Amino acid sequence: MSEDAPAIEVSGLTVTFGGRLRAVDGVDLRLERGQTVALIGESGSGKSVTLRALMRLHPERRTDVGGHVRIGGRDVMALSRRDLAAYRGREVAMIFQEPLLAFDPVYTVGRQITEAIRTHEPVSESAARARALALFERVRIPSPGRRLDAYPHELSGGMRQRAMIALALACRPKVLLADEPTTALDATVQIQILLLLRELQRELGLSIVFVTHDLGAAVEIADRIAVMYAGRIVEEGSAAQVVRTPHHPYTIGLLRSRAEGALVKGARLEAIPGGPPDLANRPSGCAFRPRCFLAEGRCADDPPVVTPAPGQRTACWHAEAAATAGHAASDAAAVA
Amino acid sequence: MSVIPGTPDPFAQDRGGPAQPLLTVAGLFKHFPVRKAGAGKQVVRAVDGVDFEVLKGETLGIVGESGCGKSTTAKLLMGLIERDAGTLLYDGQPVGARAMPWRAYRRQAQMVFQDSYASLNPRMTVEQSVAFGPRVNGVPGRQAVERARALLARVGLEPHRFAGRYPHEISGGQRQRVNIARALALEPRLVLLDEAVSALDKSVEAQVLNLLLDLKQEFGLTYVFISHDLNVVRFISDRVMVMYLGRVAEIGPSDTVLAAPEHPYTGALLASMPSLDPDARTEVAPLAGDPPNPINPPSGCRFHPRCRLAEPVCAASEPPLDPLGPGHSVACLARQPGSGHGLAPRERIAA
Repeated sequence: MSEDAPAIEVSGLTVTFGGRLRAVDGVDLRLERGQTVALIGESGSGKSVTLRALMRLHPERRTDVGGHVRIGGRDVMALSRRDLAAYRGREVAMIFQEPLLAFDPVYTVGRQITEAIRTHEPVSESAARARALALFERVRIPSPGRRLDAYPHELSGGMRQRAMIALALACRPKVLLADEPTTALDATVQIQILLLLRELQRELGLSIVFVTHDLGAAVEIADRIAVMYAGRIVEEGSAAQVVRTPHHPYTIGLLRSRAEGALVKGARLEAIPGGPPDLANRPSGCAFRPRCFLAEGRCADDPPVVTPAPGQRTACWHAEAAATAGHAASDAAAVA
Repeated sequence: MSVIPGTPDPFAQDRGGPAQPLLTVAGLFKHFPVRKAGAGKQVVRAVDGVDFEVLKGETLGIVGESGCGKSTTAKLLMGLIERDAGTLLYDGQPVGARAMPWRAYRRQAQMVFQDSYASLNPRMTVEQSVAFGPRVNGVPGRQAVERARALLARVGLEPHRFAGRYPHEISGGQRQRVNIARALALEPRLVLLDEAVSALDKSVEAQVLNLLLDLKQEFGLTYVFISHDLNVVRFISDRVMVMYLGRVAEIGPSDTVLAAPEHPYTGALLASMPSLDPDARTEVAPLAGDPPNPINPPSGCRFHPRCRLAEPVCAASEPPLDPLGPGHSVACLARQPGSGHGLAPRERIAA
């Protein structure tokens, strides 16, 4: 791993299933070391597929993956089977939405962590166990020694997610991929896990890709936010840029349709009309155009990527007009 | 007028007038027995003494963490599971008694569930699903289908495109619209929505919330809206009830409860919601740990092990749900005069 390369560099990533269904359609993403990017989008937007492609988790026989993925300067697409096994867990680790499914139900969580450590490093069973114990303390699992010998089903939801974070960090990876890790949790537990991830990221210098559909969770954890729609990143910028000065009509629509943004209680929400597109029949050009309030003829052509501010990019023909409309709406909200 | 043929349904009409609550729930209990190796017989105290009213034409929001008993409460209100104790009055009539059997009640009260796919029969087209209720209640086939198509159109699914489709052929948001149409097929007065929008994408959630608002006005409905999302509950509810481990922690107008919560648990729930302000991120988790197990709830106030205001008295005595202001009640010793809690007010503030 070269030291000055960005943590993640993705360019032109495409993922096609079964030769027909293009779930990811040209994603470019760059993540500096020690930063967190949130990939947000609705179901079917390709955010989880993108995340899995970073670890090459898609079954190779049925999936065509194109483009380049470099993690820490290393070409992931070129890794041999053997190098890939060493890379997974050691350099990049993943945590999932449902830890009960991610853990093996017939082994204790402690055994699964020591197994992971000993797969990657030549250490003794007792040394691995000591490290697992330290990890459990690190992710603040109460009475960690006892919990190591628990089976996954014996832990509560929040504790299971902590245990999975411990498992992911067992081999000191540099990059952590998180696939909706807090979606199934109560809000009171979600915020604990988000704070834990933030703290671990700071202390271990982790780079995190955090996939979520919840803008609120994204703002709590991420330095940068990338908004995905129909397999593409339509807007990317710092968390503040995306939330305060969005330039893509879809981002603006997402922000406006939130229930807490309603001007008057019980007034109608400004919902985005229609539903997410069918990926098998993706509209040409901008895929959001059938639902967009600014759509016109040229939107049928691929939109240009514009840079409204340093560090922010938006794929839209009407980025400025959209931003003005978005501003007018939020000013109206501020007045009301 | 009623869709059900024959004698007019006496319960479809308003009986007690607007001041009479549509639903009065008193002393509701539901314990589930569990067997655990070595521990003998235990019970999950899912709903452990709950009293509340649902007023006519309002939306009552119910919030709380998983395991607090909100879904069990909904199922008890529908009679989907049998209650251990408690009374349920619908417009002044005891539900389940001879005057109002469950079958009559269920024409008046309908429910929409979180999992839109599991709630529909996969072997029926959406039209058949919506027409099913009226059919079994004696509406002639053709009329039931006509009504189903009208309702599908009303919830935004054009009948000529959607009526003949099966649940797996439509999206999650569309399926939830079908479930809403089906709930309305018998012209109920009360609709229970149990996390009905939680599984939907955000952009679709807003559409369905708008639809619920419109339908409520159009059909004069009363909603019980269960959700873990306080923002959605604040938006849609007139009053809100906060549950914790099978009991009511706080209940009152949602503008009051969610703006100036009196129960420390309500405050912690609110503070746990992400802020959407990158410069004001949460720094300290408002609550530590997971919701405790309802098998052996803590003594006294069930919230005391996680409460920032807890004092020894909280472990000793259980706080009653005491009125605090107009329509606002809270179960917290720190808010109850003479409770022995250090923060308790000296005397009751005239409300």
